[in-house]
Amino acid sequence: MVFYVIRRLLVAIPTILVLIVLSFLMMHYAPGGPWTSERAFPQAVIDALNAKYGLDEPLWKQVASYVWNIVAHFDFGPSLYYKDRSVSELIAQGFPVTLTYGFWSFVVAVLVGGSLGIAAAVWHNSWLDYLAVGISIGAQVLPNFVMAPILVLVFTLWLGWLPGGGWQGGALPYVVMPVIALSTSFMASIARITRSSMLEVLNAGFIRTARAKGLPMRRIVLRHALKPALLPVISYLGPAFVGMITGSVVIDIYFSTGGIGQYFVNSALNRDYFVIMGVTILTGALTVLFNLVVDILYAWIDPKIRY
Amino acid sequence: MAVLIGGRRARSMPAGRSLWSDARHRFFKNRAAVASLAVLVLVACFAAFGGLAAQWSNEDIDWAVLGDVATMGRPSLETGHWFGTDELGRDLFARVVQGTQISLMVGIVGALISVVVGTVYGAIAGYFGGRLDSVMMRIVDILMSVPYMFVLILLLVIFGRSVFMLFVGIGLISWLDMARIARGQTLTIKHREYVEAALAIGVGPFTIIRRHIIPNLLGVVIVYATLLVPNMIIYESFISFLGLGVQEPMTSWGALISDGASTMQYGTLWQIGFPLFFFTVTLFAFFFIGDGLRDALDPKDR
Repeated sequence: MVFYVIRRLLVAIPTILVLIVLSFLMMHYAPGGPWTSERAFPQAVIDALNAKYGLDEPLWKQVASYVWNIVAHFDFGPSLYYKDRSVSELIAQGFPVTLTYGFWSFVVAVLVGGSLGIAAAVWHNSWLDYLAVGISIGAQVLPNFVMAPILVLVFTLWLGWLPGGGWQGGALPYVVMPVIALSTSFMASIARITRSSMLEVLNAGFIRTARAKGLPMRRIVLRHALKPALLPVISYLGPAFVGMITGSVVIDIYFSTGGIGQYFVNSALNRDYFVIMGVTILTGALTVLFNLVVDILYAWIDPKIRY
Repeated sequence: MAVLIGGRRARSMPAGRSLWSDARHRFFKNRAAVASLAVLVLVACFAAFGGLAAQWSNEDIDWAVLGDVATMGRPSLETGHWFGTDELGRDLFARVVQGTQISLMVGIVGALISVVVGTVYGAIAGYFGGRLDSVMMRIVDILMSVPYMFVLILLLVIFGRSVFMLFVGIGLISWLDMARIARGQTLTIKHREYVEAALAIGVGPFTIIRRHIIPNLLGVVIVYATLLVPNMIIYESFISFLGLGVQEPMTSWGALISDGASTMQYGTLWQIGFPLFFFTVTLFAFFFIGDGLRDALDPKDR
């Protein structure tokens, strides 16, 4: 087990490093470099800017210092658009917001989706089952950027129950719609996966044995069927995490919540290279680490996995 | 494809029914899939010929409407703005036609790239196996663990935002799943008797892949390609929703939904309604067709 963790780490760490180097090289070879804008700067100004940000040194030195600053000091360089702010400061400001609603979305998606899927499988072909299947088919065509406007239309413009945007330090009314918008499609996927794997498990021999022993249904589901049925769900958590961290960009833009997604898109529109690279690298690293955790979790829960 | 191969098989053994005609039979018994196919044909016709029916171009501003879009820009038959106008007074019908063209094109091109690249990549990795296989699949694993949307946006920012870059970026990520699926299938196919027979008479590896492996992958590949199209459309719409995708005056469903969402507090609900309708209906259709094809072609469920 320890060996397995070490081997996975040996893959994860180079992946992150490659991501950092690649994004730096992309910026370096971009047509015009980071200083392209509507106004063309005189060459002297570009030289001065390059000197200020250390971009006039040999390429290997630039790459090395960029990587070193990130790894050792968590320093992603300066923001070119938000003057006098470093990328790390922007991330420190936006990240807690993203983390808050991201965490709750994850909890809602897993708990609601999981219970819906289990209930649908246990009461197979009941109205509950049809409801769950209906929801999970419908949610396929309702990604977060479609859910968000629909929610605002219904709950803000028609019913007037919830504020249409803002964050206010994470007060409950401001969190509800971002969480629903972000979690719906993942909740549906988790419900679908749980339902089909639960159906499969409930048909297995050991469940029949448990039934034959006369165990109550509740006990069979919770004690015997739940753990094997959740294994496919665990392997879906990695992609779900990627999807949510990507979806947070839409949430930040649409609800003006002030998370890192907002900085990301503004920087993309303003060609603020260091911010885009910083956010890309940070989310990439988080994803790689999260996948690592999921894989270890999976290997730990499923004794059939050999490592 | 199904028709062509079915026809060829039917000549060689007139009494029996081929795999493909069997599959076609099963597909056409699935009512949801057939209805979805009809819907999809209608949407495609709308994209292809809608421009001929439009009374306005997608770039021209109707100055008569501009000051008062909320009342004058309503969908109406008299003004010729059948879907109303957007907040700049441009004809929404023409814009939805154009958005449909772009979105469908992105979806289909993305799926095609994934079919070509992913199938060949997966078939090679699976057929040769060994160290080549583990290196090739390791690369896929690493690429899959990167939040591609951020990288895609980084690409678009660095190399300029254009439809071509969007195709390149979406093509870069779309083949990964397909490569895994194709590899898995290849692993089971390569031990079949006909492959061994081909090996025994001295056929080269690439000829085997081209003549025996890939044709037998097609069923699974077609199913997943159909399910990929809506996902590609969602990716593109996501990027365009953020304003980072196609550039004005071109548009796509995501950009139209974004525009409509930003003006819906003024009561101009048609601006979000029409693009949203086409988006959801098309996605539904693709998912149902994909499901129908899977039931028809996937050997596991027989």
